[in-house]
Formats: sequence, C-alpha cells, structure tokens
Amino acid sequence: MNPAPSVIVFTVGSGAGYGLLAALGVLAALGRLPPGAGFALASFGLALGLVTAGLASSALHLGHPERAWRAFSQWRTSWLSREAVMAAATYPPALLLAALLALGGPRGAVVPLGALTALLAAGTVACTAMIYRSLKPIHAWANRLTVPGYLIIGAATGLTLAFALLAAFRAASAWGAGAAALAALAAGFLHKRAYWRFLDTTSGPATPGSATGLGALGRVRPLDPPHTGRNFVMREMGFAVARRHAEALRRVALAAGFILPAWAVAVGLGLGGAAAAGLGAAASVSALAGALVERWLFFAEARHAAMLYYGAASA
Amino acid sequence: MTSLPGSPPAKRLGLVIDLDTCVGCHACAVACKEWNAGGHSAPLTDLDPYGADPTGVWFNRVHSFEAGEGERGRTVNFPRSCLHCDEPACVTVCPTGASYKRAEDGIVLVNPDTCIGCKLCSWACPYGAREYDEHEGVMKKCTLCIDRIENLTLPEAERVPACVSTCPAHARHFGDLGDPASAVSRLVAERGGFDLMPELGYRPVNKYLPPRPRAALPRPAEDTSPETGLSGFLGWVDRVLSR
Repeated sequence: MNPAPSVIVFTVGSGAGYGLLAALGVLAALGRLPPGAGFALASFGLALGLVTAGLASSALHLGHPERAWRAFSQWRTSWLSREAVMAAATYPPALLLAALLALGGPRGAVVPLGALTALLAAGTVACTAMIYRSLKPIHAWANRLTVPGYLIIGAATGLTLAFALLAAFRAASAWGAGAAALAALAAGFLHKRAYWRFLDTTSGPATPGSATGLGALGRVRPLDPPHTGRNFVMREMGFAVARRHAEALRRVALAAGFILPAWAVAVGLGLGGAAAAGLGAAASVSALAGALVERWLFFAEARHAAMLYYGAASA
Repeated sequence: MTSLPGSPPAKRLGLVIDLDTCVGCHACAVACKEWNAGGHSAPLTDLDPYGADPTGVWFNRVHSFEAGEGERGRTVNFPRSCLHCDEPACVTVCPTGASYKRAEDGIVLVNPDTCIGCKLCSWACPYGAREYDEHEGVMKKCTLCIDRIENLTLPEAERVPACVSTCPAHARHFGDLGDPASAVSRLVAERGGFDLMPELGYRPVNKYLPPRPRAALPRPAEDTSPETGLSGFLGWVDRVLSR
C-alpha cells in the first residue's frame, strides 16, 4: 500500500497525542499531576497540538477538505466516521480538564473528567486501528495484531512524552510515568517482532486462482497487461518496498522506536533532575521517529488483493 | 447512507461475463470510457493524455492471463470491473454516505457531490474496481450505465450498459441476477458461473462463465516417411546436419 505521508504523520502524531492525553487523564484522576497553570498548559497544549496537527494533516489531504464535516455522519457502519466522532468528542472533556487543572478546580470534577478523557483518547486510537483491521483485502492489516499495535505504540510514545514533561516539572509522578513508558516500549518491541514474524510466514486467503476463478486450470499468471501505463490501483495498492530495505528499516524502527527510548528513560529515571527531563525529551524524539518508520513500513509492507490481477503471487 | 439496504434488493442487476468467448479486444473498455466520459460520471479525467506518462480513470480493464501448462494451458481474456457486491465493504467503510447501494436494484454508486476523496473505499475493494479522479478529487466507479439502462430516450434495445451493447463476441450479458428465471440467471446455472474471490465474503452479483472444456486435440500424425538412407557425399552432409 502507498505510504502517503499525510496518513503516516496523522496516525503517529494523533497516536502519541492521544497516548499523552490518556496518561494525563489517568494521572489527573489519580491526583498525581503537578499543580498550576504552567504544567496544564504545556502538557495539554502538547497533547492537543499533536492531535490537532495530525487531524489537520489527514483532512487537508482529502480530495475535498471542505466537505470533511460529512465524515461525522456514518458512525453506524464506518470506522473512519467513528474515529472522527470520537476524535471530536475528546476535545470538550480534555479542554475542560486542562482548564480545571490550570485554575485548581474541584477534585470531584477532575476525577470523572480525567477518566472520560483517557477513555475517549484510547477509544479514538482503537477506532483508527479498526479502520485498518476491517479491510479484508489487506492481510497485513486484517488481523488481530493491528489494534494492539496501534494502542501499544500510542501508549509508548504518549507515556515517553508524559515522562519528559513530568520530569521537566520535577513531579514525583515522573517515576510512575517512566516505569509505564518502559513497559509500553518493551511491549511495543515484542509486538513488532511478533507482527513481522506473522507477516513473513502467512498470506491472505485470496490467490491468483481465486481472483480469476481459473485456478482449476492450473497456475494462473498474467500474459498481457490491461494497460501500458500505471493506473490509480497500481499506484495506490501496488507500492512495494524491497525486501532488504524493509529489513534495514525494521531494525531502524526497533532501535529508534523502542530500544533507544527505553535506554534513555531508564537512565533518566536513575539520574533524575534536569538530566531526566533532557533524556526524556531525547527519548520522545527517538520514539516518534521510530514510530514514523514503523508506520511507513505498516503501509509499505502491506499487500492488497487487487494486485493479484497485476501479477502478485499472493496478497 | 452507507448502511446497506435493510432487506436484500428485489432486483440484483449485474453482468455475466463469458471468459470462453471473450476475445480480448478491449472494445468494452473503450465503449465504457467513451460513454462515461460524457455521462453520469463525467468527466472521466485523463492526466497527461499526450505526454510520456498518461494516466486516467477507467471503469473496465481487460487483462489476459495464462492458466495451466503445456497442452492443457489456456489463454484467457479477463475483463475486470465493479461486481456490484451484495456485501460491498466499499459502501460500509464510507465515512460520508457518498457510497451507497441502491435499494431497488442493488447497483453500487458514488454521489460525487458528497464524496470527500478519502480513498478508503478503494482500499476496501479487493477487485480494484474503484478509480480515484485526481482532477475532480472524488472516487469514481462503474455505474452499470444507470444513464443508459433507465434512459427512455434510447431505443429499448440500447438500454443496456455500453460494454454489453458493444461487445462483438457477445461475451457480456446484462440482467437481473436476483430472478432465477432471467436469461442471465439461466446462463449462470447452465454454464457453472462463478464468483471472484468468494473466500473474502463480498458476494459479488456479477458472475463469470468459465472457459468451456476444450475438445481433445487431434494426435499428431505418425511420421511414416521412409528413412532417407543416403550414402556418399549427401549421406555425409545428412549425418553432419543431423548431429
């Protein structure tokens, strides 16, 4: 599948933003966020900034961005529509929570708002993942590893950002966030390894024989192409990354996305103070860069059943 | 709405494509392009049409495949277009309601006035039937020529999709596949018509008819010509050339 930059930036940015938002919501409900307007502005500003930039990136690359509002209408059947509804529904409680924290509002309101923000943030990422999970022509996506993958990487990038922010504000809860980030980064590492093993050892149910119905005659292969140039289907579904490039990029994704940030967070937890904040920021940048590579591969390595008509041996 | 019709459509209009008689002339693809470039889905944009890398929107693509080996191998021409599925995931994934399946006859259509051009429907189609119009910013697809089949200004015989009316080999048939007594349904029953990628569960309405079993090829005649038995110079030439 064509790895369009807008979709990659959107899913990584919004995943990290909602991950951070969920972490902030939980910590707020537990009463473990540092008081004051400074932290509320910085942390919720960063989370909602990432989310908003991601949503804008995806909307601006539509054929008709001015009609994007219509995407709120089909939540009964469409995961993309559900994602849009959940994404929009997360703003009011998140903004209200940020305002209450900045102004020192009552605990009785902070606890439910924190829990609600965390739930909606996680739900939005799950809807994003379900868009891909529900596409049957794409074996690399239509499997039970897709939703955990999006949730874990959203949590890993979001918690690493939360650790950096809390360490910068010298909050005691940086410890908890750091430990949770380590757990999510480890889970991400193991998940990606399992996912790539799945990808390398299985293929989808459709074959050139079933795509043409000619399988009973023997092996089916293309003779003449239907057109001499490339068409939309070939450009959109026919993107393929060379095997050796994919293997190199997998190593980059593991190193930058999980190993380096885990090392930086662990060292930061040991050193504390300003070093923890600096290492947390470095870990966040590395985790986001690794997630961009991971997401690029998620598209580039996915094969679409329609390519069976254009000579693919499996999908 | 992108919800599918609550009850299955009474009519299931679609095509039956005969892979035995299709000669691979691409007339259906060209007639489709010609009609639809001026019809309901107009324009059917071509980008860089006279340049080095032309590309454009087509609803019908004619592939050629080889199947089987050696004497049993076959060359099969294979037109590919929207199958107007009973379970069209392209419709249910649409976030805006622009993609829909008509309740009255099951035709799958796109409303170009509400499509946002997110392309998700094209990802959801395993048959590669939808093509995005870069210039218009909306998705386009086969309409089963709704502007022909219901067009009362055309003579009745021409109220069929452009691809069907133009096919010189009579390899394309149009009708109601929901009616077991219709000509197309009988054709499917007689010839063992099949679905493409049935394992994915889209339940296509369009059917394909398999190539007919080929009559046994005549055995090559036994070589009964006598040994040449040449001698001398000619015999030497014959032996050298026969090595």
